[in-house]
Amino acid sequence: MAGRKSDRMQQLERAAMYPLDWLEERSGLVGGVRYFLFRKVPGDTNWFHTLGSATLTAFLVQLVTGVILAMYYKPDPTHAHSSIDHITHDVTLGWLVRGMHKWGASVFIILMFLHMGRVFLFGAYKYPRELNWIIGVLLLATGLFEGLTGYLLPFDQTAYWATVVAININGTAPFVGPYLASLLRGGAEIGPDTLSRFYSLHMLLVPGALIGLITLHLYLVVRLGVSSPPWSGEAAGEEPEPGPPPAQTGLVQPRPRASSVRGRPE
Amino acid sequence: MEDPRGDEQRHLPPPSLWPVGFAVGIVCLLVGLIVSWPVAAIGAAIVLVFGFLWTRDVVTGHREPAEAPPPEPEGRPQAPAIPAHKGEAAMPEPEPAERFPRSVFLEASTLGLGAVIGGIVTVPAVGFAVLPAFVKQHAHEVDLGPVANFTEGDWLIATFLREPTQGEISRRTAFIRNNGLLAGKPSYTCISNRCAHLGCPVQAGGPLFEDKQKTVKTKSGEVTLIPALPAAGFICPCHGGAYDSEGNRIAGPPVRGLDRYEFSIINGHLILGNTFSVAEVTGTGKSAKIKKYELAGPGQHVDGIESWMYPLQPPH
Repeated sequence: MAGRKSDRMQQLERAAMYPLDWLEERSGLVGGVRYFLFRKVPGDTNWFHTLGSATLTAFLVQLVTGVILAMYYKPDPTHAHSSIDHITHDVTLGWLVRGMHKWGASVFIILMFLHMGRVFLFGAYKYPRELNWIIGVLLLATGLFEGLTGYLLPFDQTAYWATVVAININGTAPFVGPYLASLLRGGAEIGPDTLSRFYSLHMLLVPGALIGLITLHLYLVVRLGVSSPPWSGEAAGEEPEPGPPPAQTGLVQPRPRASSVRGRPE
Repeated sequence: MEDPRGDEQRHLPPPSLWPVGFAVGIVCLLVGLIVSWPVAAIGAAIVLVFGFLWTRDVVTGHREPAEAPPPEPEGRPQAPAIPAHKGEAAMPEPEPAERFPRSVFLEASTLGLGAVIGGIVTVPAVGFAVLPAFVKQHAHEVDLGPVANFTEGDWLIATFLREPTQGEISRRTAFIRNNGLLAGKPSYTCISNRCAHLGCPVQAGGPLFEDKQKTVKTKSGEVTLIPALPAAGFICPCHGGAYDSEGNRIAGPPVRGLDRYEFSIINGHLILGNTFSVAEVTGTGKSAKIKKYELAGPGQHVDGIESWMYPLQPPH
């Protein structure tokens, strides 16, 4: 670090830090964010460990673009398709936001599966992270349901008939199927309420569930830490090689080695 | 710490009633803006007076903290020490697992009240979300127009509004054929175009004569009638289900034959009634033998061993 700072520098630093200190003293938020972002992770994590964050980013993109699209979309059988037309062709940059939402949906689903594959192949679902795997599976199902409900909204022929088929596939489930189909349709037949029902599910209920599940998911990630890859010798108890700073696994921390921790704001 | 007096003597103004009057004045002012100017003026006056009093209070409170005890060099005045045989020290140690009935009562009543309030709010909301899908579900009869449009032995593709109040989204299609008379009574074959696999619209397997299309105005709205020659039966574009001209499945994934409409003739008009499901039809035309099943969703068996999976249908 730099040696002695001049009084003026110290004064400037204090002035710059003042709002943060003010916030921290009253809420503890600064410390909370530091605790969340500057966590200890194993030294041998790799790019595959970023798939979860990538999925979260895709979800956030969907959240933001979806909110914007909701400003122009009209969930009613006679206007739904024309409002999509309006968004795509008339609204400034509407084509871009709608494109981001449409293609981002696929990106979100694909990233979820890739993240799931990473967790599976790395064995990261094992003790003590089983619960997070279960929450992840719920997230996958909820995310797919989000895709199903969103697919109807353009209300063109593809959207309509794909939804008819999807609802009827639900209808073939033993015993509860016919009731499930009626519940999804909002009646015995597809009608005007089906579209607004899907819209409400798509933009309020299901995203709310996703946000809640993601919060739980992240809570467990922070609590349990990130697992080492399966080939990690250090996680298997080998002595770390001299040279690069030694690593720690997320959970097992035999010796505190501050120097090995990445991302510490030193 | 810059404040040597510590937390106890932060800049707390003495308690004051002026903010209450100030708030009343603001409300009066805002109401007056809507109701009448005099009320607004009174409100403004109250705001000014109480605002002035409040400000003066705060300012003087800062200048001379009258209510704060005079600072003593030893720190705060201490209460006289409680003798060991009195006060908290003399109370018996609570048992490790002892619960105090009062706290238990308060806890239970808080949780119970919360549950009751939550239930009162949640039950109607969930009912509102779920029940409309299952009550007041009944199909209206559809008037397809004069029977003279349906010449004997010819197929017509009729599209109509099942629920005219819902508009175009309730447009449905049926394949209609006049079979002539059976024992002195008219016989019609009225097949729904909803595929028995997953509900896509099946198409007539043969030419459509759209130049001979008729549009009939009936009390059910506009009905379109297109003559067709479904020589190859009916074919579904989605997954390739194929049916013969009686709606029997001949190929592909459907689990049963095509649904049919009940029909009646009222005042010389062909009227479509409820839809019902069919497993298989034997015979053709007016000599067809049809076993009626309650309407089931696409993909659901109505006969055979698989039908036990769908014992109860929701109202439709």
